[in-house]
Amino acid sequence: MAKYVIKRLLGIIPTMFIIITLSFFIVRVAPGGPFDGEKVLPEVVKRNIEAKYHMDEPLLKQYGRYILGILEGDLGPSYKYKDHDVNYFIGNSLPNSMILGTIAMCLAVLFGVTFGILAAVNQNSWVDYLSMGLAVIGISIPLFVICPVLQLVFAMKLHWLPTSGWFKSGDSWATVVLPSVALSFSYFANIARLMRSSMLETLRSDYIRTAKAKGMKRSTIIFKHAMKGALLPIVSYLGPAFAGIITGSVVVEQVFRVPGLGKFFVQSSFNRDYTLIVGVVLVYSMILVAMNFIVDVVYSFLDPRISYQ
Amino acid sequence: MIDKNSKVILDVKGLKTYFKTDAGIVKAVDGIDFTVHQGETLGIVGESGCGKSVTNLSVMRLIQSPPGKTVAGEVMFQETDLLKISEAEMRNVRGNKISMIFQDPMTSLNPFLKISTQMIETIRLHEKNVSKAEALSRSIEMLKKVGIPGAEKRIFCYPHQFSGGMRQRVMIAMALSCNANLLIADEPTTALDVTIQAQILELIQKVNVEMKTAVILITHDLGVVAGMCDNVCVMYAGKIVEKAPTDKIYKFPAHPYTEGLIQSVPRMDKSGEKGKLFSIEGQPPNVIDLPPCCAFHPRCHKAIEGLCSRCNPPTHMLDEDHEVTCWLYGTDQEKSAALKEADARQASKEASK
Ligand SMILES: Nc1ncnc2c1ncn2[C@@H]1O[C@H](COP(=O)(O)OP(=O)(O)OP(=O)(O)O)[C@@H](O)[C@H]1O
Ligand SMILES: [Mg+2]
Repeated sequence: MAKYVIKRLLGIIPTMFIIITLSFFIVRVAPGGPFDGEKVLPEVVKRNIEAKYHMDEPLLKQYGRYILGILEGDLGPSYKYKDHDVNYFIGNSLPNSMILGTIAMCLAVLFGVTFGILAAVNQNSWVDYLSMGLAVIGISIPLFVICPVLQLVFAMKLHWLPTSGWFKSGDSWATVVLPSVALSFSYFANIARLMRSSMLETLRSDYIRTAKAKGMKRSTIIFKHAMKGALLPIVSYLGPAFAGIITGSVVVEQVFRVPGLGKFFVQSSFNRDYTLIVGVVLVYSMILVAMNFIVDVVYSFLDPRISYQ
Repeated sequence: MIDKNSKVILDVKGLKTYFKTDAGIVKAVDGIDFTVHQGETLGIVGESGCGKSVTNLSVMRLIQSPPGKTVAGEVMFQETDLLKISEAEMRNVRGNKISMIFQDPMTSLNPFLKISTQMIETIRLHEKNVSKAEALSRSIEMLKKVGIPGAEKRIFCYPHQFSGGMRQRVMIAMALSCNANLLIADEPTTALDVTIQAQILELIQKVNVEMKTAVILITHDLGVVAGMCDNVCVMYAGKIVEKAPTDKIYKFPAHPYTEGLIQSVPRMDKSGEKGKLFSIEGQPPNVIDLPPCCAFHPRCHKAIEGLCSRCNPPTHMLDEDHEVTCWLYGTDQEKSAALKEADARQASKEASK
């Protein structure tokens, strides 16, 4: 196992290198640049700016400079926000997105797994229809509808929670609630549906029939015999889903004024802010790779048939 | 072995289990009667798909529903109808009074749990006062009896670390560790080689004799039946076509299907062309929408023209304990009545068109 972990961790390095390299060149191939605004800059000014950011150097040299920077933990200066570098933006916003995403994912897993199991165990009863009805709502209603509805009901009508804000910016802790609930909705829905179908499938398998033939109680069968097998698809889903959720959601962050990473995905590409784009991509893929790794490890704990060497 | 006046412990009457499928209603078990006495070994034989497993799963109430449902019948076990009792009462029967060896050893053990966990829980489920350590040593003992080498260590393995034959033996050990009154063994030795097979059958026989456990043995292998069973039921397309003590069925097979089955067993002592085996021609029918007639008639070389293909055969006792369902033994009275009924059926069918 330890050997496998080391092997996997070493494997992350070339993966990340390829991702960085590809995104470094691809963003530069796209038309437009960080300094092509609506206002045409005088040639001299533009030349000066480009010199400041080393953009007058050959591309390969820029690339080398960038890679060296990353090795030192420096993601470079932002081309758009003169006073700050990429490290500053990511360092300030990623923790917020992570907090929000982690809470949202915990909610989604907790309720998704519970509702999914309840639905499977009471197949075709009102519990099943209620859970799956909620899941369909969660999947089909877009965030830009869910968010304002939550604000309207829980903040403006009931006054239970603040409309927007973020606790780190000096607002109350309660600001966390609404955005995490909103963000968790579609993940809850997917997990509930996945859990239901995988539990149903497991309950149909031969080894569950053996457990029944022993005279076991239904609850013991579900939790002792069926649970592990039924959780496997959820675990595989959670890897990429978790990476997606903790790198932020533009809509939720905008509506609830959460200073998260999500907005940089959009803004940086509009601005052709090369270093910020690559930085954001880098963070996202790091988390994705890490999550996949964790999924594999969890998998090997759940399923004895998988053994890593 | 069975003695004449031992009690009936299982009495199945008119059992019908149907499956709803897209193609139609599958009448997997369609009106079956049989009894098992204390200490008896009953063999159930028949081709693949004739409903042997479904019969026994119905007795245990383990038919997946939907699509399956036991629509009629009675399963009297120790004076209670298993089809009428609550699920909680049924749980006390399963694994405690009736235990079952499943046909498919590859998928019937839980791949996520150690063998030890699965065996210990089997014992402790119905014997609450047994400690974990005691259950473990009993399980190891049982594994040794079914011939698992190094059982003390291997019991802590997962099923995937065992071969198919070993998994089947684990299944058997698990079922035998219950000390049930009735053991249902669904093709317990199909995945095993001949020496182990003999060993397992001997073990089942020993349990049968020593503990007076009744056994229902489902098998394809008529040789096994001859060596193990007191009585035999021959099934075809969801029905029992012949039922008799084992020696009678071998000496005087009454149903043409039974005859065919016995002839298709390869035998060294029989004179005959070398390398040539008898086989019943054709395939068993699909049990969806069977017409009301003998299901075996298309493959039967003794079929009576115009009768077997149109009318359901009657059941006759050839002897006090030899029952057969075939037109060859029908009386003239029955034949003419059945033909009249078939004519009427046809007429009304044509009229409705
Ligand atoms: N879940 C199901 N859905 C539909 N049909 C089924 C189902 N289970 C069994 N059947 C049908 O019931 C019939 C009897 O099946 P069963 O498993 O009892 O056969 P069997 O006699 O045990 O055969 P084998 O010797 O191969 O084990 C078959 O025709 C099968 O197709
Ligand atoms: Mg079968």
